[in-house]
Order: sequence, then structure tokens, then C-alpha cells
Amino acid sequence: MLFFARRGDFEIINMTNVLPENIRQQIDEWIVKYPPEQRQSAVLSALTIVQNNNNGWLTEELMDAVAEYLNMPRIAVYEVATFYTMYDLKPVGRHKIGLCTNVSCMLMGCEKIAKHLKKRLGVEFGETTADGKFTLKEVECLGACASAPVVHMGDHYYENLTPEKIDEILDGLK
Amino acid sequence: MIEIEIDGKTFQAEPGSMIIEVADKVGIPIPRFCYHKKLSIAANCRMCLVEVEKAPKPMPACATPVTPGMKILTCSQKAREAQKSVMEFLLINHPLDCPICDQGGECELQDVSLGYGKGISRFTEGKRSVKDDDLGPLIATEMTRCIQCTRCVRFEQEVAGFRELGATGRGENMEITTFIKHSISHEMSGNIIDLCPVGALTSKPYRFSARAWELDQVEAVAPHDCIGSNIYVHKRVQEVMRVVPRENETLNETWLSDRDRYAYTAVNSPARLHKPMIKVNNVWQETDWATALEFVADGLQKVLTQYGPKQIGAFAAPSATTEEHYLLQKLMRTLGINSVDHRLHQTDVSDQKYAPLYPSLGIKIEELELQDTILLIGSNIQREQPIAGHRIRKATLRGAQVLSINAVDYPVNFNLAEKIITAPDHFNLNLAGIAKALSAQSKADLPTQILDLLKEIQPSAIEQKFAAQLSSGEKKLILLGAVAQNHPEAATLRALAQLIGTLSSAKVGCLTEGANSAGAWLAGAVPHRGPAGAALPESGLAMNTGLGASLRAYFLLGIEPEFDAANPAAAVASLNKAEFVVACSPFKTDGLLQYTHAILPIAAFTETSGTYVNAEGRWQSFNAAVAAPGEARPGWKVLRVLGNQLNLADFDYVTSEQVRDELRVLVDAAVFPLPNPHPKGDGIGKRAEGKGIMRITEWPIYSIDNMVRQSQPLQDSATNEPTAVYMNEKLAKDLQLQDGAMVKVIQGSAQAELPLMVDARIAAGCVWIPAGRPETATLGAAFGSVEIIM
Ligand code: SF4
Ligand code: FES
Ligand code: FES
Repeated sequence: MLFFARRGDFEIINMTNVLPENIRQQIDEWIVKYPPEQRQSAVLSALTIVQNNNNGWLTEELMDAVAEYLNMPRIAVYEVATFYTMYDLKPVGRHKIGLCTNVSCMLMGCEKIAKHLKKRLGVEFGETTADGKFTLKEVECLGACASAPVVHMGDHYYENLTPEKIDEILDGLK
Repeated sequence: MIEIEIDGKTFQAEPGSMIIEVADKVGIPIPRFCYHKKLSIAANCRMCLVEVEKAPKPMPACATPVTPGMKILTCSQKAREAQKSVMEFLLINHPLDCPICDQGGECELQDVSLGYGKGISRFTEGKRSVKDDDLGPLIATEMTRCIQCTRCVRFEQEVAGFRELGATGRGENMEITTFIKHSISHEMSGNIIDLCPVGALTSKPYRFSARAWELDQVEAVAPHDCIGSNIYVHKRVQEVMRVVPRENETLNETWLSDRDRYAYTAVNSPARLHKPMIKVNNVWQETDWATALEFVADGLQKVLTQYGPKQIGAFAAPSATTEEHYLLQKLMRTLGINSVDHRLHQTDVSDQKYAPLYPSLGIKIEELELQDTILLIGSNIQREQPIAGHRIRKATLRGAQVLSINAVDYPVNFNLAEKIITAPDHFNLNLAGIAKALSAQSKADLPTQILDLLKEIQPSAIEQKFAAQLSSGEKKLILLGAVAQNHPEAATLRALAQLIGTLSSAKVGCLTEGANSAGAWLAGAVPHRGPAGAALPESGLAMNTGLGASLRAYFLLGIEPEFDAANPAAAVASLNKAEFVVACSPFKTDGLLQYTHAILPIAAFTETSGTYVNAEGRWQSFNAAVAAPGEARPGWKVLRVLGNQLNLADFDYVTSEQVRDELRVLVDAAVFPLPNPHPKGDGIGKRAEGKGIMRITEWPIYSIDNMVRQSQPLQDSATNEPTAVYMNEKLAKDLQLQDGAMVKVIQGSAQAELPLMVDARIAAGCVWIPAGRPETATLGAAFGSVEIIM
């Protein structure tokens, strides 16, 4: 289906398929927290919900659907999704390891942790292990500088890390 | 007003204004990249740092409001050091290869780095490079040069109201991009080229064709819509290199529509006609002016003596200059020919004798944004008059309520408070409903025969809502767009608009097509009036009637009826039958070669002097920027010499100014009775006989005149809707037709084969078909019933 050129070459989205009812309901819970004309404020939560429902990463179609649902320009959603390191635009492993390499963590030796992780997993930053278990990411300050170096995985922060502690954590994961 | 001090001098300043605004006003230079007076303040480049007394750190002049007694130093040591450091940071990643950059010589970064940059860079690290986006045929990108000032993004967000570019990524990975593959489609997109302070966004057609210092600029007026945007034509010797906006706060501000910016690319089109051509014994030959003019004069004389003046029609483009319109009608009327017209697409002109001196906007263009309530009738305003659309967007951002009645739910970059999307033959009923709803509360004195017409009308809920909106607000405006003016019941719609205007104390205005409808009316290029509204002994035929009336001879000025006529099939049939057809045209086209007997090469808008009168009635004269190519000559000169050739008296003008001044005297002296506020409007509230599927026609933004049709970059732009038959899903289903299928459009004996596009925005039971395209040039009337078959 083609629309007037105002839509440019934008593909039209089938909302019911891309954002199923239960997902929309979850997003709605966030939308009501903001004044009606600031629907867009729910974009971070909406992207998180949609990403969690899609094995941890966002497709263009999903971002477009969020844009349409929140009534905002598509590019504005891409901006958010590319700005924050917690969103992924490529398929990821079961566990995302987000290692902070910002100032405090750097001072507290995140280099060492990075080296260890890369060696143990056999991947560079931004890559996923061949078995699809881990994705290693470099992220910005996690706001936990007091207990640097820090890693972020799912809903958890792992703090005051050492290579040994990392091994312990990874060994404990399925 | 408060008092502040900049660099030791005292100035008065508006409280709350930023330091940079005050400095700009008094001419104290402060370097800047992200700041632009028409955009919101981002304060992200930090180039404008200045020292403010008592402030511990340098302050950004663009984001620091003035306070009473503030002392500002723009070139103290502290300020200079800060500015130089920022410059050094900005140049870390920016390429230092100005000689191979298109912006070189007119680059803000280049200029500022000359003043604030170091001769030698302290950075030895590699520079970042950024992949380029393909933004389409109008804008070239070199994103490695971007300094992330975000002017382009803010323009799209705030002015264009439609975001296609954004800043993705973060920190040093931030990029300005569309992110996905996407050609820019906004009709004012080219402005980001002017805004971009560096060579990241440049004009694709102009790219690498000239250096800024080789160019001369000539003031001119844009020739495509009734705004009369001010432009500069940039030329190198005798070649037009580009067109850029000339700031005029009361018209186009600092902006320009893409149509006005890029249409110049047609000037050097391979279709340009360089020599007069005549058809002798059915063979075309190039010739000199003397032979051609003699040929034309003889041809016209012959028809005149044989069949009389009623068998000749002279039809001009609404974008011809006032001087051309005036001379054309003077020439024809001296010969007794009254069928002179410029209303290309209009078919119902039955109320023309009630018309005012010229169709006007009713207010000034800059006042558009001050309106509280605006009713748009059949207007695709953003595409028809992009600058007017922009002003209306500004009005809505201030809180104005915009109502729209249209046959297509055109996407607009402003909020519509209410809309009615319906078949064109319903406009009349909807407007009557609104009038009726208003008449219940209005105290306006209405003639009883008008009230009688409304007696039977029962306003619907949505019509009541429109009426309620129109009753509130102080400044109210009703605007008739192209679909309303080209509508088969345009006279009734005009009468109803007037009626609603009276009932709601709203002004009524017209967004006329072409650049110079007002000028054409004033000059007398209408069949029932001479210059300045003078009475004619007898009325001639209007354009649509005349072009379909199989006259013996036609004189066409700047039009191509197969694309421009309201009924191309009928017009072309007439022209093919005619004994003598002359066209004055900058282009040699297949159509003209087929049905004319002589083509006189005339100048394009950059090559002639003249005057345009915009929709608010403002006369704007301009000079030729360059000479016309080959033997092409300005239209007014051709008409003048033709007048001489025909031995007509008073055709001895030396300059176009003389022509203009002759008309100006008449216009200034004209005592013109105000139009009857309520023309008869017999059709009010009556549903026109219409059966089956109704056609809606628009001359899309890049199909409206011969210039834009010849501009390849505009033709290739994503702003252009593909040629097709557009209808909503229900109609496609009812007709059992598939999206994308080739279908036949039949209008009596006229037909065309076009792809079908399902589009939810088209009113129920209607098809939208663009005119001005080769694929639809064989079709008939722009409105009315059509048949669609597989
Ligand atoms: S492309 Fe130009 S206007 Fe846009 S952010 Fe970069 S430098 Fe600024
Ligand atoms: S720098 Fe790593 S958490 Fe703040
Ligand atoms: S111009 Fe002031 S920060 Fe950019």
C-alpha cells in the first residue's frame, strides 16, 4: 500500500501484528503516567518493553511501531534507541554484559575486566559469542561510580568487580 | 528597555533578549554556529562564548539573557581564549580541505576559523569520518563535515514540522542522518542547505559548479505561487547558477520553498527553444524574428478578416508577468478580440462580473499567523503555497484553530481542529450547513432570498462544530484553495464562503494559483474586463470555454494545454482543429510542435524584467538577471514588437517599466465599486447532478507550470506523488480492483491507463488523479464523474 509522498518511502505498519494487544497494554501503563500531550515521554519504557518481548533487541519495524503508537516522528525514536546503550539494534545473546568504561570505572581498572571478559568469551565489544549465550557491550557511566568497576546485566548491577568475581558470575549463568 | 554595555559602549536592550540578539542588532560580531534567529536556542556549539562581568566563566551569548547593567566583553582576553579553544575543539574532527569542499568561500566555519583558529593543529589523532546519506536529488551530503550544530534538525522540527533527519548515536559517534534509507520529501527541505554552517548539506544541482566569489546576485521574485517570495538569482557571467532566498520578513522570512529554489534548473533544460520556429507546408523550420513575426501577424490577420475577432482566443499563464498580461490584452483588444484569460484551471466563472478588482488574500501574508480561526476550503496549502502553509503552522503553534473541508485528507504539518473529508460535490452542502448553523445565532442582516436558499438545510453535527469554532476567536479567515477555485461549482462555493464570512465576521481570501493572478486581473487578462476593471463592450470567452470551443485561432502565452488546461482532451482537440495556433514559450515541447503553427521563444523568469502582484496586492518589479539564450526574448518585448508588426497604435514601449507605469496609473485611478457581498448563489444547498465515481484533480506541486515540469531535480524529488489513480480501499474493493493494477480511466471519449493506488486519504467514492503529467494529458474534465475499469 502506497501513500502520498508526504510519507516519503516510509513503509506502512500493521500495528496489530507488530504491537500486539498485551504489549500495548504494558505501554499504556507508562503513557498514563504523563500528561496526555506528552505521550512521547513513554518512549524509553515502550522501547524497553518491546525489546524485552523480542529477545532483547529492536527491529526497525518495532521502532516504527513505537513511533506511531506514541505519535512521534520515526527518526526521534531512532535517536533514542541509538543514544542509550541499553537498546540493541542487532540480535543479541541470552545475556548482555554491559561493562562501564567511563571515567570512574576506568580509574578503578575496568581495562582489566574488559581484557578478561574478551579473552574468556572470545569476542570484542559489540559482539556475541558463537553459542549465542553472551553479548559483550561497552557502556557509559551506570551511575554506580562509588562501586566501580561495574557491569550491568539485565536488571542487575555487579559491582566492585575483579576478574575472579566475573568468572564466578558467568559460571553461575545458564 | 534596559541598559547594557557591550565592549564599553552602552545600548538599550529588550529585557529577556539574549546577548547575541542585542549584539547582532547593533552590529557587534560574535562568532556562532548553532544559533539562528529563526530557530530555538540549542547552545551546543559554544562558539559564542563572551565574558560577562562578575560571571566566573565565559557565557554563551546565544543563551544568556541580558540583565540591567550587564557588562559584556566580546573580545577580552578571557573571551578570546574561550573562543579560540572552542574553535580548536571544533576543528579536531572537521576536515581541513576547504579547497575541495563545495561550501568553500561561503562557509561559516571557514570564516570563523580564519579569525579564531590556529595556523597549526595540535592534534595528531585520526579524524572521524561519517557515511553519507542519500537525501534525494535536491540535497547533497558530506556528513564528515558536520559539526553537529543541529540547525537542520531544529529546522525540521520547528519550522518544517516534519522530521526526516535526526541526531543518532552519542558523543563522538553522534551523526546527523535519516538513519534508514529515505529521500527527503518536505517541500521546504532546501532551507537546511542555507542553515548548515558548513559543507555537510549543500545543493545537489549546484554542487561543484561554481565558487561563491565568482557569482553576482540579482534581486528577483519567485514565479510559482501567489506569495511572491523574494529571491536572489546567483549568476556567473550570463549563466544562472542557483537561486537562494532573499530575506523579507513580511513574505518568506528567511525561507524558500524547494519549488522556488530549484525551478531555475529548467532554465538550461535541453528543451529550451533558442530560435523562432514556424510551420510552413507542415514542415517545422527555424527562422529569424522578422520572418516569424510577419508569419504570426499574417496568420492572425487572416483569421481575423475571414472569421472575425470572436474566433480568436488568447490565453496566458497565471505566472506570466503583469506587463505580459497587459500587453497581450492590449494587443488583442485593439484587434477586437475579447477572449483573453489567465484562469488556467478554473471552469466555473459564472460569478465573474461580481468579482472584486483582483482576487486577494484579504489580509497581508504576515498576518496569516495572527489569525485565531482559519477555515480552509479545498486547499492543499502546504503544497500549493508552502510559505502560506508555514505561516498557518505558526498560527496554530500560537493556538489558532484550523478547520478544513477537502476532498483529500492531505497530511499537514499543523493541527486541524476539525475536518470534513468529502466528495467535491458535497462541499456546497457542507458549507450551506455551516452557514445555516451560523445564521441561527448571527445578527448579520441577510437578504431574504439567501435565507430562503438555506431554509431546507439541516446542519449536521460536524457542521455545527465548524460553526461553533467560527463563532469564537477574534481574527477569522476563510481561504479558498485550488480545489475550491477549480471546482465545477466554484461560484457557489465563493458565494457560500462570502456568506459564512458575513455570518461569522470572518475575512474571505483566495489562494490563487500561479505567481500573478492578481496582476493578470489588474492588467485585464480576463474576458469580461479591461485593465483596472474597465468595462468591455462585450465579454469574450473564458479560458476553459475558449480552449474547448474549437476557435479558428489561438494565441498561447506560456501554457501547454495538454498539461495546463482544465480539460486537456477538449483543449487539444480544439487546438488540433484550429487554423492558426501561436505559442510563446521558453520550451520546445512535443505538444506545441503538434498543434501550433509558430513557436516564439520567450525568456524564462530569470531572463526578463517584469512585475508580479502577489495575493495581498503587493507589486514587486524585478530585472532580468541574465540574457535569454540564443534569440529568445522577454515576452513583453515579443508582444510589443508584434503590436508594431500589426501596425497597432501606442505600442512604442522601450522598457517594461513604461508598460507597468501605464497600467499603474489606470489602477491607481480606478474607482471600483466594492463587489456585491452576496452574489446570487443559486446553487446554494443544491446537490449537483453527479453520478458514479467523482474525479478530484490537483496540479501537484511540481506539475503546475512549464518551468517546474522541465526541472529534472524537482521531477525526481520524493515530494512528487507518483502518477496514478488514487482511491480508498472500499472503492477499490467495490470495483474489485487490486492495489497496483493497471486500470483504465474513462471520461466520455477521453481515457488514460494508469496504475491504481489504494490510499486511505481520498474521500469516499472519489478518485484523485494528478494533472500536468504526460500520463494524464489525454483525460477530460478535472472534476465530475469518471468510469474506472480494469
Ligand atoms: S548537517 Fe550542517 S546543519 Fe546539520 S547539524 Fe551538521 S553542521 Fe549543523
Ligand atoms: S563511570 Fe562507571 S559507573 Fe560511573
Ligand atoms: S551559538 Fe551559542 S552556543 Fe552555539
